[in-house]
Amino acid sequence: MAGLGVIVVMAVLAVFARPIEVSTAEVTITLQPFSLAPYDPSAMFVGPANAPPSRAHPFGTDWAGRDQLSRVLVGGRYTLGIGLVAVALALCVGVPLGAIAGYFGGWIDEAIMRLVDVLYAFPFLVLAIAIVPILEPIPVLGGGFWTVVLALAVTGWIGYARLLRGEVLSVREREYVTAARALGVPDRTVIRRHVVPNAVAPVVVQATLNVGTVVLTAAALGFLGLGLEPGSAEWGAMLSQGRSSLVQGRWHITVFPGLAIFLFVLAINLVGDGINDALDPHRDVSDERRRLR
Amino acid sequence: MALLEVDDLVVQFYTENGVVRAVDGISYEIRAGETLGLVGESGAGKSVASLALLRLIDSPGEVVGGEIRFRGRDILELSADEMRGLRGDEIAMVFQDAGAALNPVYTVGEQISEAIRTHEAVTDETARDRAIALLERVGISDPAARYSDYPHEFSGGMQQRAVIAMGLSCDPALLVCDEPTTDLDVTVQAGILELLADLARESETAIQLVTHDLGVVAEICDRVLVQYAGEIVERAPVEELYYDPKHPYTVGLLASIPRLGDGRGRLTTIPGTTPDLVDPPTGCRFHPRCPYAEDVCARRRPPLVETESGSPDDGDPDTHAAACLEYTGDLEDGLDYEVQVRDESDESTESNEPDERRLGGNDGAERTRERDPTGDPR
Repeated sequence: MAGLGVIVVMAVLAVFARPIEVSTAEVTITLQPFSLAPYDPSAMFVGPANAPPSRAHPFGTDWAGRDQLSRVLVGGRYTLGIGLVAVALALCVGVPLGAIAGYFGGWIDEAIMRLVDVLYAFPFLVLAIAIVPILEPIPVLGGGFWTVVLALAVTGWIGYARLLRGEVLSVREREYVTAARALGVPDRTVIRRHVVPNAVAPVVVQATLNVGTVVLTAAALGFLGLGLEPGSAEWGAMLSQGRSSLVQGRWHITVFPGLAIFLFVLAINLVGDGINDALDPHRDVSDERRRLR
Repeated sequence: MALLEVDDLVVQFYTENGVVRAVDGISYEIRAGETLGLVGESGAGKSVASLALLRLIDSPGEVVGGEIRFRGRDILELSADEMRGLRGDEIAMVFQDAGAALNPVYTVGEQISEAIRTHEAVTDETARDRAIALLERVGISDPAARYSDYPHEFSGGMQQRAVIAMGLSCDPALLVCDEPTTDLDVTVQAGILELLADLARESETAIQLVTHDLGVVAEICDRVLVQYAGEIVERAPVEELYYDPKHPYTVGLLASIPRLGDGRGRLTTIPGTTPDLVDPPTGCRFHPRCPYAEDVCARRRPPLVETESGSPDDGDPDTHAAACLEYTGDLEDGLDYEVQVRDESDESTESNEPDERRLGGNDGAERTRERDPTGDPR
């Protein structure tokens, strides 16, 4: 619950950090007029460079005199956005593939699972690092945001596919699945309505916990200078740029984005644990029994 | 033409221990509106034979031979789409464990409507109304309120009724019931059987009732098939089977039914267990357990013959047929058992089930060939 609270607060802060505007040629529609961040995150020299935290700049300023507080707040948009969108995309790929592999078996299963095995052979981060430069030249993807999201989705779906396949293998042997087939329900409906809803619980838990991992990986990619363009207010990129300042003893430039990442990942993990407990009543029951004994 | 004709059906399972012929060349037919019982021990291949009718045998199992003709069309030749149209609409199935046959994440009513929507282009509203009507028809009180209950809110008997409602949703011509009452206690069981009997009487739905409970068969079936180790060993109209069983296995089954007021301390059993189907016994598959087995039984496989004439069975469903060498005249000593029918009450004998049967021959000490029904009800 505390975790959920933290995430909601961070999401609200990120959304309301700067006004969101949709502009066409003539008109600009403001979707969200609030501006919690005191300064434009990319405006330089709003204060002295490398200033420590003060009343005017609570988180201090970085080497270009940009306001750190504003940058951390707006950076939440990138980080939270990457985390949620990448996991959602990965689920959209992993859940259908895993369900199909598990339900039909045979060569379909072999093909999908061997692909998963191949992708699993690469370390997660290394694969993402390899994919980012491949995706970067594709013009449709626009800025670095979508490149990072896609790279993380491509590396992320394999876990869900494998997990769901294992669950489906056991669920498809249940009698209600046979009963549905005996009623002439088409396979795709059987999968969608009977198999997946009964098999998806562990995947949901895994996906929630993975949002944290994905955010960390996005930060790592940003730290390595991949994906988002340098200077953008992404937490990982901010850490990376703060590295040189850290050597000079200016702690505030890295501490605040670092804390933000830490807090978010911790919150996600708390939420994941909560969902796990909520979706897995068996464990509670056995715990209860053990306590009574 | 019969509604369903099964001709020399063979189903194999490929296991690590070898090939198991779970169903080995069974043939039978079901006529429209009739109730056929399929009895046998666990592992006799009853359920497999039923699943094969809907082509629901999955790897590692496979239908390797024979034909299943439904209204003259061979089910095994149909395309996947045609098969799907048949399932639920023409042939429906009621499963043994109703609790497991209902999906826990949807309401009971929703699952019945789904069955209707699968086969007919109806609005959600119509499907809902029909599902409620079905719930009422299978005897669930306050069906409109029960429609939105989840399976775990139903009792075992009500779950079974709901599963039957699902099976009936599209008014199938054939309802295959796989041990529909096995998990239920006796009073609930009686209610379900009554429901099935009513359905069989009121509608044109034929029922294939798979069970290991001869009492259930006696209550509602018109004809009975006795299956042993993947083969049909006896086929008879229900009354004849109970009063005049022809196959030693059927005799053993009947003898092992517990009876109230029986003075004996132990139940009669059939010695041994069902054979390993990877390596079935030679000759007659029942011979290792048969008290009347002779040397010839281990050598010659008995065909299914009409017991009256001894001529090979021509599939006429009304005749009494059994697969025992006795009826081909190959046994020297014959079958030594007697059938005693005892009726303690003189009330109407509408029920086909004799109250008492005693089948001798299980001691094997003295073999007297006599048949002496004492106190025949009629």
